[in-house]
Amino acid sequence: MSGMDFLQHLANGISLGSLYALIAIGYTMVYGILRLINFAHGDIFMLGGYLTFYGIMFTSIPWWLVFILASVLTGLIGLLLEKIAYKPLRDAPRITVLISAIGASFFLQNFGIVVFGGRPKAFPIPDVLNKVVNLGGVSINIITFIIPTITIILLIALTYFINKTKTGMAMRALSRDYETARLMGIDVNKIISITFFIGSFLAAVGGVMWGTKYPQLLPLMGAMPGIKCFIAAVIGGIGNIGGAVLGGFILGLGEILLVAFFSNLTGYRDAFAFVLLIIILLVKPTGLLGEKTTEKV
Amino acid sequence: MKANMKTAKSKKLIDNRTFISFVILIIALIVINFTDNDYIKRITSLCGIYVILGLSMQLINGFTGLFSLGHAGFMAIGAYTVAILTIAPEDKVMNFFMKPILPFLANVEWWFFPSLIMAGIIAGVFGFLIGAPVLRLTDDYLAIATLGFAEIIRVVFTNTQSLTNGALGLKAIPNNTNVLWSWAMAFITIGFMVFLMKGSYGKAFKAIREDEIAARSMGINLFRHKVMSFTFSAFLAGVAGGLMASLLGTIDPNMFRITLTFNILLIMVLGGLGNIKGTVISAIIVTAAMEVLRFLDESINLGFIQLEGIPGMRMVIFSMILMAVVIFRKDRLLKGN
Repeated sequence: MSGMDFLQHLANGISLGSLYALIAIGYTMVYGILRLINFAHGDIFMLGGYLTFYGIMFTSIPWWLVFILASVLTGLIGLLLEKIAYKPLRDAPRITVLISAIGASFFLQNFGIVVFGGRPKAFPIPDVLNKVVNLGGVSINIITFIIPTITIILLIALTYFINKTKTGMAMRALSRDYETARLMGIDVNKIISITFFIGSFLAAVGGVMWGTKYPQLLPLMGAMPGIKCFIAAVIGGIGNIGGAVLGGFILGLGEILLVAFFSNLTGYRDAFAFVLLIIILLVKPTGLLGEKTTEKV
Repeated sequence: MKANMKTAKSKKLIDNRTFISFVILIIALIVINFTDNDYIKRITSLCGIYVILGLSMQLINGFTGLFSLGHAGFMAIGAYTVAILTIAPEDKVMNFFMKPILPFLANVEWWFFPSLIMAGIIAGVFGFLIGAPVLRLTDDYLAIATLGFAEIIRVVFTNTQSLTNGALGLKAIPNNTNVLWSWAMAFITIGFMVFLMKGSYGKAFKAIREDEIAARSMGINLFRHKVMSFTFSAFLAGVAGGLMASLLGTIDPNMFRITLTFNILLIMVLGGLGNIKGTVISAIIVTAAMEVLRFLDESINLGFIQLEGIPGMRMVIFSMILMAVVIFRKDRLLKGN
């Protein structure tokens, strides 16, 4: 493999990694507060892609506005999902909530099949984004650079929000100690709603950008990235936003480079994340950046 | 002490109502076995398979309290074992036209029963090998790791062309599964579960479910019991997978997606966690309902109006039922029996 090829794969890996990172943040935020694997998160990501598709095909709104509107709308759907599927179960045993999450994911996927149809749809990429640039012999699609850029901008905004605002502080307090935070007068339901909105919004941004990079929409497209991004969150240390980003990049880069270097392992691409997960869980059960917890009686 | 013994005596293995429904079930099965309706027979066999699967998941999730989502993987192992062992050598040549099957498997043709047991054993061995490292993890991590394992199995089976015929799947598996086979296995499983849960192992499993730390301080070897429960559960899932392969006649790796595990999960949840009788009933109802709801996917002719069927509607309704049950029955969900 020449150096040029390597650079191309590296660019692809980074852009896939940043997509994974965006989705993984939603998992890690929700898990940090509710201790819940939001299995439906991957399907929220799928909805983001489809809403953009319908916005561009059937309205005359400019594409960049559709991108933003679709992401916000998906964020609101995520919020609604929490109200319906998780809020009634706030005090129920965790396995119950997990089953509800699985049910929600199942519902969204099949709802997608019924409403959007089971056949793949071609994502309408705006011409501005569909350009190939030539960088010293390497031709790379411009979207490969745009994706990491947007991801970094969103990450900076999120870090500011979590560390500097009052709501962000409440979020951190809730994930540190749910009960005490509640006693301190934090409006738990409001914070959880905001968390779901932000997580789903980021997943939807991921979905829109996924569509521009891999322009094919399927109702089940969220299942695999959804699970992989949860794995990314676990690898980085669940509950930790920096960890989710790190995990996302490790997974994205790892996947692309695995296929690039060992082309006979191409078929095993989807297994890579799971193997990595099991290894990391066995070596460091709390993830790379996770804090060590002690068992209390 | 005396009062204790009295209650112990009055607690028979099965009460009268259970006994009566048991007899009705057997009579119904015998009647169905002698009818000519192949469709009904097929659904009944499928019910038996889902009873085994529901109980298998109940053992690990409901009784031992370990949230495992690896059932599709164990079923895949069982299904492929039965398929490879029972397909006739000349059919194997036909199946493996891309790449010939591994030489030592090319000429095997086992009877159904030993291959079914073999399916269970291989799935159990995998359960043991996976369980030993993975069971150190707790709830959510365990769920995602077992889910991951099932996905790995599927990906590996898609790629091992000379062992599983890859994505093309296997065809011409002899149709050995009938009402008799699947329900005989189901009854053995029910008996095994009742026996297991009455004994000291069952009590240890339940203790682990209620409180791991307390169980450990009572002298229960957590790790050993967890691995045991996981291995048994994998064994049963393997047998059920084998029965299913032989019922369907064709299998491919994509059958064993996470969706399959979720179906079993639904059966377990509806039956009540840790409830054997409930699981048997819900397995029958859910399997039958899946068939009845099939009309939603097909077009309906009401005479005066033709309703177009919507593919996928069945599963939408299905997942809504699952969520409704979980949300409205949340308090009773964990209390079996």
